[in-house]
Amino acid sequence: MNFRRLLGYNLLTAFVLGIVGFYVGWWLGHQFSGPSIAYFADTGQNDIALFLAYLVGLIGFLSGLGFASYPIQRLLGKPPSLREKETAGTGRYFTLCTDHKVVGMQYLIGIGAFIFVGGLNAMLIRFELLSPTKQTFNANNYLTIVGLHGTMMMGMMTSGILGPFANYFLPIMIGARRMAFPRIEALTFWLLMVAGVILMTTVGYGGFPTGWTGYAPLNDQANMGMDSYIVFFALVGLSMSLLGLNMIATVVTMRAPGMAWGRLPIFVWSVIATSVLMLLAAPVLISTLLMVALDRTAQTGFFNAQAGGSPYLYQNLFWIFGHPEVYILALPGMGILLEILPVFARKPLWGYRLAVTGMLGISLLSWLVWQHHLFVSGINADLRPFYMLSTELISLPTGFIFICALGTLWQGRIRFTVPMLFALAWLFNFLIGGLSGVFLSDVPSDVTTHGSFFSMAHFHYTIMGGLLFSFFAAIYFWVPKMTGYAINERFGKIHFWTMFIAFNSTFGPLLVIGFLGMPRRAVTYAGYLHGGNTWVSISAFFLGGSMLVFVGNFVWSQVFARVPVGANPWASKSIEWQLPSPVPVHNFDRIPTFGADPYPYGDGDGAGDSTAPRVVTAPARPRP
Amino acid sequence: MRLQGHAGRIAALTVVGTAIVLPLVIFVLGPNMPPGHRTTGASSQVNDNTVLLVVMTPFTVFILAYLAYAIFAFRAAAGEELRDGPPIRGHMPSQIAWLVVTSAAVLFLAIFGTAELFASNGAGGGEGPKPIAKPSGPVLPVQVIGQQWEFTFRYPTYGGVETAELVLPVNRQIEFHVTSLDVIHSFWAYELGVKADANPGVDNVAYVKATKTGDFQIRCAELCGLWHGYMFDTGHVVDAAQFDTWIAGERKQFTPVEKYLPRYSVTYSPDPQVRAG
Repeated sequence: MNFRRLLGYNLLTAFVLGIVGFYVGWWLGHQFSGPSIAYFADTGQNDIALFLAYLVGLIGFLSGLGFASYPIQRLLGKPPSLREKETAGTGRYFTLCTDHKVVGMQYLIGIGAFIFVGGLNAMLIRFELLSPTKQTFNANNYLTIVGLHGTMMMGMMTSGILGPFANYFLPIMIGARRMAFPRIEALTFWLLMVAGVILMTTVGYGGFPTGWTGYAPLNDQANMGMDSYIVFFALVGLSMSLLGLNMIATVVTMRAPGMAWGRLPIFVWSVIATSVLMLLAAPVLISTLLMVALDRTAQTGFFNAQAGGSPYLYQNLFWIFGHPEVYILALPGMGILLEILPVFARKPLWGYRLAVTGMLGISLLSWLVWQHHLFVSGINADLRPFYMLSTELISLPTGFIFICALGTLWQGRIRFTVPMLFALAWLFNFLIGGLSGVFLSDVPSDVTTHGSFFSMAHFHYTIMGGLLFSFFAAIYFWVPKMTGYAINERFGKIHFWTMFIAFNSTFGPLLVIGFLGMPRRAVTYAGYLHGGNTWVSISAFFLGGSMLVFVGNFVWSQVFARVPVGANPWASKSIEWQLPSPVPVHNFDRIPTFGADPYPYGDGDGAGDSTAPRVVTAPARPRP
Repeated sequence: MRLQGHAGRIAALTVVGTAIVLPLVIFVLGPNMPPGHRTTGASSQVNDNTVLLVVMTPFTVFILAYLAYAIFAFRAAAGEELRDGPPIRGHMPSQIAWLVVTSAAVLFLAIFGTAELFASNGAGGGEGPKPIAKPSGPVLPVQVIGQQWEFTFRYPTYGGVETAELVLPVNRQIEFHVTSLDVIHSFWAYELGVKADANPGVDNVAYVKATKTGDFQIRCAELCGLWHGYMFDTGHVVDAAQFDTWIAGERKQFTPVEKYLPRYSVTYSPDPQVRAG
């Protein structure tokens, strides 16, 4: 074996430099001294050291992958170049690669692994809640598990659909060969992976007690494990805003001839609506967390009431990010839904403009609702009617998405493939999620449901029932295109039905349990809720089991029992399905020219198996 | 005509479904909605929940009926040759109708919710230091102090005595003043329909009037650190005579330690926080 191949920019170098950097930062942090640091000297809690360790470790890891070399070469006067390691071979998946399709695959596997970890935490939570009082985990471990579950899911799933599927398919859908900023694209992925590992190291520093919201002043009081949360979320925010920036730049600048705004596939519109939120909301998160970090290290008092700060400030800032964040999670799912329905209903998308309006409307309104998270907090009590109205107004654009989905099914010829089942389940789950949201938006009703399992079940209906179901729809729909191999349909259906039933059997009763008085994140609960909780826990274990069905099926179909699919197994008319599976490195031999609607189903060119899209047949329009 | 047939059947399903579900919602589910009828605030929440359910019912029935009908009627037959449906790209009248109907429902809900909020003196929710929805007439102020990890209570009209137990007289307007000594807690008296965040340095006011005697649960509803899950208690609503006896007893019991208490205040400023373990 040629050991010299191990030298150079690769994952091994990255790990080595990352670990070395971590300890360099740790050592550096211990060189600081001062009265406010000495104050905590005897507690063994050196937050500065841990922050520096994470930071220098991150820089080391990214440099080891080769992210530093291009900027340095440019500074030294080398000519600009575009691509890095865009070759065939498995090795490209484990390093810095600027091929958007490789980054998409990296995201799919990387994020999938972290979601699996987050899901395991959910299983532990439900295991603990099997008994009202008996403790399986101690109080600190339980809170850490709750926090890890929430933070991992909320952080990783922000890019859950944009990461794998928008990176892979958005350039193809608009007729481009790459993203606008390919190196930034690769950077967003590796930032997220480092962030995920950093969050998991919290276990070694005592965990964190705050849940995913990280409220002040509890976050100031917490152990060093809190720093892992802060660095994790800040890196996720950085990755998110760069991802959003890249998506917007790509759609604005890299559309092929003829790809007018009115011809963008609806998934691209959902990516735009999401990206705007990512680009604008994530910086708020990053700066808020920086303030928390300063509170914890430099003893500033932004969020400390005794030092002249305000815990309300944190809540306000967090939810100014946090409410757009939940639509960052929800919007891509709507795009997937409306992208998949036309293919399997054999109909054009019904109400394209209404759907676009709906997505952009949600994007806009999501900025105006954040204080509904603070309805009983006592802040701005006289503004509650306004936030009640603005929150309820969001159901209008969401209603547009529903009516477009229902209209697309009208007189269709529906085929119940696995992705279609997941898309239809999205409609059902999101309906429940939306309806339960009405209770939370109504101030008098919110008094009881606020901070209870009702609100927890509500957002699981929208995020798990919406986002995760559409994530699976996208996997069953698009992974055959990405790998060239089918996913077994029989096991796909088993996965769907177990997941759909177990999901509703878990979170439906949780809506009731919450309304009956169960608070969130509490390790104990009242005895009369025991039966309901036992039911929910058992359902949750089935839900976890359904994920194992998926993982088994996915690995088996993609690695061991590979069945090649043709270019177009779903007979879709979208452009990505006219390319070979998997898509070749440079996507198109010639840049296509678009001449029509992206959903030309039933458009008079013979209702038979007219799978050829009319998009590439139209004459090229001269660019001005 | 075929199209008329589909639309007609979906409309019929919606009307029939609504006609069946709506009475159940109004007469069976509604009156039994949480959090019950033990206080004025809780009753108005039940009232509110019922109205929300009534407004939602036709929409829910329509969407579910449509979905069920579409799955049944618009499915491709097994083994059928791949064929496209008709290229319908929208239908302006139904889009406008949908927009009008949903807008009307949303505006109604927002106006109704606001009216209910004021009519019920805030429905038991925390309203901050200057509540805008408040009762007229005399109130009994009761302070709730959240701290890691318990609630204590002070009765300013009874010499500011601090008790570990919450006892309230029935049929008297209570004015809770919720505050915290350390991190954010949330005072949740479930059966009373009261929830108000306890913020350090903030006086969060909530109103409630118990109409029935009995015990109620108190829980912390905002994650407040290590023993958050153990921050619960049982409170009691008792009649006026029992309350007077109880508060007199508490004052007598705690007189010796009263001088160590800080003077009653709507907020407290303890020493700078140190980290808990």
